[in-house]
Amino acid sequence: MNFPGVSESDVDRVYLKLKKEAEDGGYRFNPDVDFTKNLIRGLLKNEQRYGYRACPCRLASGKSIEDLDIVCPCDYRDPDLSEYGACYCALYVSDEIAKGAALAAPVPERRPPRSERGNVPAVRTIATGPVPVLPLPVWRCKVCGYLCAREQPPGICPICKVTKERFERFI
Amino acid sequence: MAVEHVDGKNKGTVMLYALSTCGWCNRTKELLRQMGVAFDYSYVDLLDGTEQDNAIAQVEKFNPSGSFPTLVIDNKKVIVGFREQEIKEALGS
Repeated sequence: MNFPGVSESDVDRVYLKLKKEAEDGGYRFNPDVDFTKNLIRGLLKNEQRYGYRACPCRLASGKSIEDLDIVCPCDYRDPDLSEYGACYCALYVSDEIAKGAALAAPVPERRPPRSERGNVPAVRTIATGPVPVLPLPVWRCKVCGYLCAREQPPGICPICKVTKERFERFI
Repeated sequence: MAVEHVDGKNKGTVMLYALSTCGWCNRTKELLRQMGVAFDYSYVDLLDGTEQDNAIAQVEKFNPSGSFPTLVIDNKKVIVGFREQEIKEALGS
């Protein structure tokens, strides 16, 4: 589907950029280029209408704080890749699917339904029980699991390129 | 709610709740077209305000996760996601 205001040259440019970032971080893009470019078109459409790249296969609320978990790459990508070989929209796939040895199949929605989505703070502390006294806090990227010990999380995750808001205090 | 109709063979009331940006929703719509089934569809992301709230409530009634595509046949059979085989079985000739 074509969207006014989203040019093909933008789609191609973002496609190449995200594909390279994915591969640099050890992830794989869906080898079906037409399907994948359609998803990129959707991401750009969402960026245009909501201000952020919400998953094209999920209904965004328009409020970025409520949709942080579904800003692409979403918080559910890695568990879905492990369990189903593809993320929910199938932009990211397993090695097997990337090589064409298997096809991406529908992935059940892992995001909690609206009624169960609590007001989870952007940064929450996971560790329970006694924790070692560390000279620095440890931050975890909720998207890819990258850990780092520093005063504040990085502005951009060096592995999956998501922004600071996607980090949580781990220890 | 803004609903588009696609002509075809009558297989009962076939309603597809979809998103305009979703690859799997598009595949579902294309499959229904190829099968030549008459159906209605709505792009819920393109609806505004109350109209969108009502559409989400309808989707959640059939599919509590509120995900897309949600295909509802005769107001009772529900197929969530692009499940080609299931759709063919439910609406095939």
